[in-house]
Amino acid sequence: MAETDTEIAVDDPGAPDDSSPAVTSTRSVELAVYVALLALALLLGFDNWRSGAGWAKDGPQSGYVPFYLCVILGAASLFGLFAVLREPAAPAKTFVTRDQLRRVLQVFVPTFAFVALMQWLGLYVASFLLIAGFMRMVGRIAWWKSVVTALVFVLVMFLTFDIAFDVIMPKGPIEALFGR
Amino acid sequence: MEALNLLLHGFAVLLTWKILAMMLVGLVLGIFVGVLPGLGGPNGVAILLPITFTMDPTTAIVMLSCIYWGALFGGAITSILFNIPGEAWSVATTFDGYPMAQQGKAAEALTAAFTSSFIGSLVAVLLITFLAPRIASFALQFGPPEFFAVYLLTFCSFVGLGREAKHKTLISLVLGLLLAAIGMDTVSGRLRMTFGFDPLLRGVNFLVAVIGLFGISEILLTMEERLALRGHAASIKLSVVLKVWKEMPRYWVTLVRSSAIGCWLGITPGGAIAASFMGYNLAKRFAKDPSTFGTGRIEGVFAPETAAHASGTSALLPMLALGIPGSGTAAILLGGLMVWGLNPGPLLFVEHKDFVWGLIASMYLGNVVGLIIVLTTVPIFAAVLRVPFSAVAPMIIVSCAIGAYAIQNAMFDVWLMLLFGVVGYVFKKIGVPLAPFTLALVLGNRSEDAFRLSMIGSAGDMRVFWSNGLVGSITTLALVLLFWPLIGRIVAVVRRPQHTAQA
Repeated sequence: MAETDTEIAVDDPGAPDDSSPAVTSTRSVELAVYVALLALALLLGFDNWRSGAGWAKDGPQSGYVPFYLCVILGAASLFGLFAVLREPAAPAKTFVTRDQLRRVLQVFVPTFAFVALMQWLGLYVASFLLIAGFMRMVGRIAWWKSVVTALVFVLVMFLTFDIAFDVIMPKGPIEALFGR
Repeated sequence: MEALNLLLHGFAVLLTWKILAMMLVGLVLGIFVGVLPGLGGPNGVAILLPITFTMDPTTAIVMLSCIYWGALFGGAITSILFNIPGEAWSVATTFDGYPMAQQGKAAEALTAAFTSSFIGSLVAVLLITFLAPRIASFALQFGPPEFFAVYLLTFCSFVGLGREAKHKTLISLVLGLLLAAIGMDTVSGRLRMTFGFDPLLRGVNFLVAVIGLFGISEILLTMEERLALRGHAASIKLSVVLKVWKEMPRYWVTLVRSSAIGCWLGITPGGAIAASFMGYNLAKRFAKDPSTFGTGRIEGVFAPETAAHASGTSALLPMLALGIPGSGTAAILLGGLMVWGLNPGPLLFVEHKDFVWGLIASMYLGNVVGLIIVLTTVPIFAAVLRVPFSAVAPMIIVSCAIGAYAIQNAMFDVWLMLLFGVVGYVFKKIGVPLAPFTLALVLGNRSEDAFRLSMIGSAGDMRVFWSNGLVGSITTLALVLLFWPLIGRIVAVVRRPQHTAQA
């Protein structure tokens, strides 16, 4: 018999509200993506045309295959663009609500900062800051738990990658103090 | 039986302490990956790939494929206990698995899921053992035109048979092929699409893209949802296991049907997700009382799990025999092969016998050991979900960054990973499929080389793709698949007037 009386429950205090207003519709995002892809196809297509998209004596030139790929990409994006424009506008499907966007930025901004900091502080220090900071600020977990968890995780990563498997990560001033 | 001898040799390769230990580590990590939200099978394999760079290829692939088996097992745990599919291919398992858990039959449901997973992959591994060497030896006669035709077939079947809007699949595919072409052109040595920007010289690394697309974007998507969860804790007793196993033979038709569906969809690029739904739906259609499905029938757990595992495993068949992956995860393993200096394709069976048969043997052993691990340790893995997501998310991000950096020791790759994370997030939300992109990115250079070598060989004559019966029929099949939706529509238009005439 399974012991179903013991339950596991985890709450999510900062969960996005279902009634939160929409920031943008799927339709607008789709349009933006198709325009961007069309621009990419034109840019890459031009570069390949410049480097030679025809035939040389010994077969296709280096730009031949990518040039025609750009043509297909451009055509598919145009098709998508017209398909979206021809659809009736209402009712618009929500791409992301304000609450959802807030939550997504709550991860994205720290991740961006983490990657930027990694170049100056090294991977391990930046990781410690990301994990401890995220747990404390976003997860509202007790600060000592956050710090201990981050410290243990970073230490395990260091021992696994740098020591055990010889996969060397970028280092910063703090590792330099320890001579690594 | 030559295959059996080679398989025994494979087992002999496996039986060293180091490989067995790595198998165990891989399985446990894989189950974690399968259980945790925001960390899927392809992703787990991609993140952990860098730690295998210093291993020998056999140990490395055994460990990575074990992560994959583990993820397949792990997905079922959260589906049944929490009604949260840890993986997309275990969505169908929730239909009857969760109702069973609510009725206090969680242990039965879990046993059923794990055992049928085991059976599904066993069937697929048997298929690989006996079919893959034959396909490989047949493919040894392939020249560039034949290989290009097979690549074309893979790409076209994605567009023609995929469920998503055709132009979106096409965009995803072509974008992958284009990004693969960035950097040094392997035939002429010229630079393409680098715009004088040095980090682009090496091209867009496939694994970096995968880590961003599946790792970072998955975190962003997971954060959008309400992360509260409520579910059952369960432990499995031996008596329950034996009871389920005793009932199992009664459902042999379902098991055989799901295995067959899974194997077929695994080899063709349909994937485990489609297989699990199809297995479930067919079991429902052929049942005497379809209305009881969804209320906690054990058959509703057997059907999707068998199909998902059969498909996930058989996706490795075309990868081993032809160098063409049948799924996203297989594509990543293929990327790994190239990093370890092996050339994927039919020659593997000739030049790297130890590697190939070691891998096939590890599929048998990995699934047996995996089954034992999950049956005995379910409570531990279910408890992993108690760890709040705000602690798990930054750890996954750090792991992704380590993975992306370690591939080429380049900071640029970490930024690229972040960019792909955003792209993956947007693409998933507007319904652009990511699997064709992944496949195109990993196969891009090889397919272009095959095309250009064929063109050089034939002096620019496209008829080389119809120059003999084999290459001609593959190319024709590819084009038929590509235009399949269009053909279907024309047939429908031609037929309709007749129907109205009859009426």
